[in-house]
Amino acid sequence: MFEAKNISVRIGPKKILDGVSLQLKPGEMVALIGANGAGKSTLLKALCGDVEISEGEIALENRSLKEWDCHHLARRRAVLPQHTDFSFPFTAREVALLGRNPHIRGAESKKDLEIVGNALKLVEAEHLAGRTFPTLSGGERQRVQLARVLAQIWEKPESSNRYLFLDEPTSSLDLAHQHLTLQTARRFAERETAVLMVLHDLNLAAQYADKVLILQKGRVIAFGAPKEIFVSEMIRDVFGVEAFVTRRPENGDLPLIIPVGKRAGVENGAGIENFY
Amino acid sequence: MRENSLTEYELRAVRPEAETEKKTFDLRRSAFVILLAGLAVVALLSIGIGAVEISPLQALAILARQAGVEIPAAFSAQQESVLLYIRLPRVILGLAVGASLAVAGAVLQSLFRNPLADPGLIGVSSGSALAVAAAIVLGEGLSLSFLAFNKPYFLPFAAFFGGLATTMFIYRIGRQKTGANMATMLLAGIAVNAFAVAGIGLMSFLATDAQLRNIMFWNLGSLGGATWNALAVAAPLILVSVFFLLRMARPLNVILLGETEARHLGVNTERLKWQAICLVALAVGASVAAAGAIGFVGLIVPHLLRLTVGADHRFLLRNAAAAGAILVVGADVLARNALAPAEMPIGIITALAGAPFFIWLLLKKNV
Repeated sequence: MFEAKNISVRIGPKKILDGVSLQLKPGEMVALIGANGAGKSTLLKALCGDVEISEGEIALENRSLKEWDCHHLARRRAVLPQHTDFSFPFTAREVALLGRNPHIRGAESKKDLEIVGNALKLVEAEHLAGRTFPTLSGGERQRVQLARVLAQIWEKPESSNRYLFLDEPTSSLDLAHQHLTLQTARRFAERETAVLMVLHDLNLAAQYADKVLILQKGRVIAFGAPKEIFVSEMIRDVFGVEAFVTRRPENGDLPLIIPVGKRAGVENGAGIENFY
Repeated sequence: MRENSLTEYELRAVRPEAETEKKTFDLRRSAFVILLAGLAVVALLSIGIGAVEISPLQALAILARQAGVEIPAAFSAQQESVLLYIRLPRVILGLAVGASLAVAGAVLQSLFRNPLADPGLIGVSSGSALAVAAAIVLGEGLSLSFLAFNKPYFLPFAAFFGGLATTMFIYRIGRQKTGANMATMLLAGIAVNAFAVAGIGLMSFLATDAQLRNIMFWNLGSLGGATWNALAVAAPLILVSVFFLLRMARPLNVILLGETEARHLGVNTERLKWQAICLVALAVGASVAAAGAIGFVGLIVPHLLRLTVGADHRFLLRNAAAAGAILVVGADVLARNALAPAEMPIGIITALAGAPFFIWLLLKKNV
């Protein structure tokens, strides 16, 4: 289990995160939702231990995150960054193989290569395996990076659970691969992986997440099942966008969100007179 | 929930590699053998060519006699002493210096994730050069008895510790609460290099003609100081630090993804950076102390290898060691013989050959 209690992050006098608490259980997919600048990425970084928290506690498997050494942590938890700047001539397979680093002593085994091959297959990138990574398109790179983090936690560690943190995993993907990515995360969740993901697409969150956490100005304003969270009032409050929310009985009564695009309380095109 | 592992999915064997991949794979593995063969050729040339010519067979016979084995090949006493006391230590020093500069350059470029990084960047070279210039010009004024006594060791000593101290200084500047910041180190390196260049300029201005020549030779590098004594100091330091740098191949591959990503993959990035920078400072400090500041090797060799045999450090580092050795030993053959009997500073050759080649490489890469 992964647990954050009352964590705050300050940058100078400004509180970027303010008393955020969250629990992440194996088998559960949690989506982080919020407007730009709400603190989603900061929260994810704080939960990964990449930014220092000024208050609160983060614990993984009942042990403070600070007490974990990075090697043991890496065998349990994988993090997909929003964007990776990687311009060295490695093949896609070599990049994905880097995910096996915490498991490799000396040279990689046949099993590591097999896992990497399967991970690439799972994200439909096996045909890219021999291509040089910098020559891939944005979406292809994102899938190869996903294969890398999946290869990292491919096997369930003994006496521990797996954790998968994804920062906007669908940002450069086409429609089919957006769903493929979240279905893949789902498959991991079904095998007792705790999945935490930053998402922008409310419908993807509604369809795949077990729970949705909504951040606004660094605070949690809602945390619960998508069915309860996604209502038009909330979407207006958080994003300033009018939206219809309907249910889809044919698909487990999940909410379907149709943004109308008009910003509540703001005239469309306000400020356009100053734009040349 | 049936099972906790995903391996039930698609456990079929990985698709056979594509044609192109297979080719680079083979090249990567065979490159080292090719480079070693090239190195042997260059080393034999370096041993053989010069005012006194020594054929490979004669060289073998001379070495065999040292080991107590007689090989039927005639050689003169002069050839024997030239080989044993001049050429052989010189070739070995060239090997060690070339390997250390190229490996250090490759490691730094990856650590900084910056293609322009080379040993000069973290201040080893400039710090050594400034310390040497200061020692040449100011040291003569100091008539301390131990300086006069230890004169052969004084300049290498100044070079080694000048380089090490400068690197540690730059590392301290880059070090922040969250860990060593590579971008800050990079900028600090540029500032310190500018300071060192000014300092060397000042020393050159104060220097006598003889001192000036000495400073220039040190700044451009030369293997002319190779003796078994000098080797005994430099070679073990270089050998040990290069050995440990080669063992960092895997974490260096991972850090190419970025420091945060590397941490998430179980690499202790702070320790890696600290160890790598110390080892680079040791290796380069020792080689600058023995042969002066030879430029361009650390920049060009890793680049050339990345473009031809890939960026995987498990192959890149050992290939860089071999290729760097070839470049320095080869350049030394030219340095000794191009304007014989005069001897050119080797740095002139590596830069003259290296700079245009590097530009050609860049142009070719853009096509």
